[in-house]
Amino acid sequence: MDYFAQQLINGLVLGSIYGLIAIGYTMVYGIVGMINFAHGDIFMIGGFIALISFLVLVSFGLTAIPLVLFVVLLVSMAITALYGWTVERIAYRPLRHSFRLAPMLSAIGMSFVLTNFSQVAQGARVKPVPPIITGGYTLHEGPAGFVVQLSNIQIIVVLATVVLLALFTWLVSSTRLGRDMRACEQDQTMAALLGVDVDRTISMTFVIGAALAAVAGMMYLLYYGLVDFFMGFVAGIKAFTAAVLGGIGSLPGAMLGGLAIGLIETFWSAYFSVEYKDVAAFSILIVVLIFLPTGLLGRPEVEKV
Amino acid sequence: MTASTLEKQPAPRASGAAFILKKATISALVALVLFSLMIGVRTEAGPQGGLIYWTRFGDLAAIVAAVFGGSIVVELLRQWWGPADRVRVVPPVVQNALSLAGRLLAPALLIFTFLVPVIFYDQRYILDLAILVLTYVMLGWGLNVVVGLAGLLDLGYVAFYAVGAYSYALLATNFGLSFWVCLPLAGILAAFWGVLLGFPVLRLRGDYLAIVTLAFGEIIRLVIINWQSLTGGPNGISGIPRPTLFGIPLTPGEDGLAARLGIEFSPTHRIVFLFYLILALALLTNWVTIRLRRLPIGRAWEALREDEVACRALGINTTTTKLTAFATGAMFGGFAGAFFATRQGFISPESFTFQESALVLAIVVLGGMGSQLGVALAALAMIGGFELFRGLDQYRMLVFGIAMVLLMIWRPRGLIGHRAPTVYLERNQAISSDLVKEGHG
Amino acid sequence: MSGDTILSVDGLSMRFGGIVAVNDLSFDAGRRKITALIGPNGAGKTTVFNCITGFYRPSGGSIALTHDDGRTIQLERLNDFRISKQARVARTFQNIRLFPGMTALENLMVAQHNALMRASGLTFLGLIGAPSWRSAETRAIDLARTWLTRIGLLERADDAAGNLPYGDQRRLEIARAMCTEPALLCLDEPAAGLNARESAALSELLLSIRTELGTSILLIEHDMSVVMEISDHVVVMDYGVKIAEGTPQSVRDDPKVIAAYLGADEEEALAVMESGT
Repeated sequence: MDYFAQQLINGLVLGSIYGLIAIGYTMVYGIVGMINFAHGDIFMIGGFIALISFLVLVSFGLTAIPLVLFVVLLVSMAITALYGWTVERIAYRPLRHSFRLAPMLSAIGMSFVLTNFSQVAQGARVKPVPPIITGGYTLHEGPAGFVVQLSNIQIIVVLATVVLLALFTWLVSSTRLGRDMRACEQDQTMAALLGVDVDRTISMTFVIGAALAAVAGMMYLLYYGLVDFFMGFVAGIKAFTAAVLGGIGSLPGAMLGGLAIGLIETFWSAYFSVEYKDVAAFSILIVVLIFLPTGLLGRPEVEKV
Repeated sequence: MTASTLEKQPAPRASGAAFILKKATISALVALVLFSLMIGVRTEAGPQGGLIYWTRFGDLAAIVAAVFGGSIVVELLRQWWGPADRVRVVPPVVQNALSLAGRLLAPALLIFTFLVPVIFYDQRYILDLAILVLTYVMLGWGLNVVVGLAGLLDLGYVAFYAVGAYSYALLATNFGLSFWVCLPLAGILAAFWGVLLGFPVLRLRGDYLAIVTLAFGEIIRLVIINWQSLTGGPNGISGIPRPTLFGIPLTPGEDGLAARLGIEFSPTHRIVFLFYLILALALLTNWVTIRLRRLPIGRAWEALREDEVACRALGINTTTTKLTAFATGAMFGGFAGAFFATRQGFISPESFTFQESALVLAIVVLGGMGSQLGVALAALAMIGGFELFRGLDQYRMLVFGIAMVLLMIWRPRGLIGHRAPTVYLERNQAISSDLVKEGHG
Repeated sequence: MSGDTILSVDGLSMRFGGIVAVNDLSFDAGRRKITALIGPNGAGKTTVFNCITGFYRPSGGSIALTHDDGRTIQLERLNDFRISKQARVARTFQNIRLFPGMTALENLMVAQHNALMRASGLTFLGLIGAPSWRSAETRAIDLARTWLTRIGLLERADDAAGNLPYGDQRRLEIARAMCTEPALLCLDEPAAGLNARESAALSELLLSIRTELGTSILLIEHDMSVVMEISDHVVVMDYGVKIAEGTPQSVRDDPKVIAAYLGADEEEALAVMESGT
């Protein structure tokens, strides 16, 4: 039972990170109708920027960790958002009204570019950082000496996710930008005719998605204490699975899907086998798409004849 | 209509030096922000285990300057070339000449390919490269059945390549079966896996199908890595038997081919043999595909790509039609995999990553979906181009990614943008790719 | 079920969630007759078509198709491609669904898929180029040529279907459906978007299909001149139920029909009656 509780906590934290990435997929898919293959790599870039800015700030003699982390968060969100913007501008915008396969391949190409750019720029080796946020609470001490712990970093990850999700839901439901986004999602031509700047709205979608991915990247860095250039690929597929599981286009769905994938992966590793945890995640993707093609919270699609 | 009437210039663009400089400055600023930390600062695990960093502002400045200069060049080129979406009318004379050249290109290419081992007999490197190109031509033609004809987006094609390779490797090393027995078996097993994958995913469309096939490819790879007792895990399988010429090994021994023919043994014999083997396999793929296109099943594949609902209304069983496309494509992938295993003598999961799937898909799309010649040219361009950057090592994949993006922007519909009809009454005229659909699945 | 009835729809209902699109609809379509299904937009006509042609599975009721040999097939039990393959019911679509990137001839060849699949020995005989396959292919091309001639598109046989003018595409879609050699041809607004001359040509084509080939036709149509000219029997729907049926003349004079079409505005109703004549 204690073991179960501990895995539940771990799973929720991992799921929060997946959920943050999944929002980027779901938004872009909703608005442009394409899988942004490079989004997983944007998450990886976010992790790297967080790492580098942290190192630089610390070496400048800043020691107040909360302040440092806050600055790191802002820097990594800003720069990663610019990466998201640039990717859209270079690789997707010229192909917006093209043949469907072209943007997909362009996205795959962009994913290779980002992965290998980090490898070239920062080396292939894993970058470890010592634990930055330590401490935590012991929730329960079992008779066998097994302790259920909730660490501070876990609290921060979940809190950050909840705050961002709330902020983001507000953004989409109550601001001008959010309204423009929903309009573009329904009908880009009509939105343009009604005075919505479609290009800008799509750019903003990528910017916001990338900023959230940067948060996920930073949380990953803080939680796991490492980043490497290849972490975007698998995380990206899992986050996309989460977005599909939750119902693509649905923001709460993306979060829900993220939590589900995080929990499944954690429990699978804990009770079955660590080696096959990715196989489990991918199998779930296949099973979900077959039996629940519109996801948990997606709208059913009626075939028009 | 003349070219000039169509060259409708949109609202006059600012084209002065000030505009170009402004654009370049903005690009350079964006680059500065993007690369400030990623290039300006290099991190590495230090000797004590902690991370250390050092700055590389020189590199950063160089890159930003390159972006500035590149941006000016791109903008100048763009103004010289005119707006990208302008309709360009090619004069009929040039068009005819091009179409004649196009018709002559395929036979010329084929004859040249047959002569490659003769011309380059002493250049092992070129022969190896040619074998590699042909392997990808074959993979491209195989995937073309699925993506180009049936319009089903498959991002996990490498799975069937892997199934073929491991089938041959395991059957040959465990049961001592010969290459010629294993080749059809590898194809059948791969086709079986194609159906197995195809069956549950038939209802999925477009991007969902793509992501599920990607997941399937990853699952196969992860299972190969983790099922160590069968596949040797990450270490792979080595000592895979080389192919024989119908039982006669190509070895220096007494029963080897060279000894039997009474000629001096040379290791090049084997390379040349492998070359003609893959050429034969690729041509078989091509022949079968061309034949299938003219049969009802092939037409049903293309019709499925055009409009699935209409197919159903015409009494076409879309389920079996999709499955046959998957199975046929997978079978060719399996053949190619078996060839790969026998050529290398060693296989490991590293050869079957998502990158391979992406590469083959890029070849098919760049070739112009459904065009056999286009796929061959694209394979030559991609693999040949990839080879040019061999010396750059770690920059290779980076360049490959950039090339993929640029090629898609340059030619979203591929090199050969026409579809040839499968049957005609009077005129065999190509159909513009603007009309050809790309499928929903 | 008499020998004069090819299609008998009985108590057909179709619900989408809480919305009732078709409610307890019954009508018969005569053998070698042209039956028109008319009604205002949103009356549920296309839904009826989709039920008959297997794109929807009806919520209730039965659809029986009786072939010339007396064999009766319950269409509501078949779905998808089997309706066309086994029951030999062909259809066209309201928004044309040709294969735009294939030539007109290829479109007609795809329509003969099932016959050609058998002839090609499920591909294997075709792959080796067996003589039986070759002759079957020639016959298929001849059938396609016959249809292209009939619809006046022989000249454009090798042009991409997507490049044909709208009216030609409509006729090609009908020819494609006919190449499946159907017992019942279902046409969803075949005259939509056609000009007067093209409509007249269409009427002629449909009449020739009925008289010369003896194929029964069920059509949805808004163009009253076409309906009045060629229909043997008219069924009028509104809000998912049948409100009238009979000869074109009797239906046209039915006040319920006029009211349904025009929301009970007598003057506009009269205007439509004029234009219908």
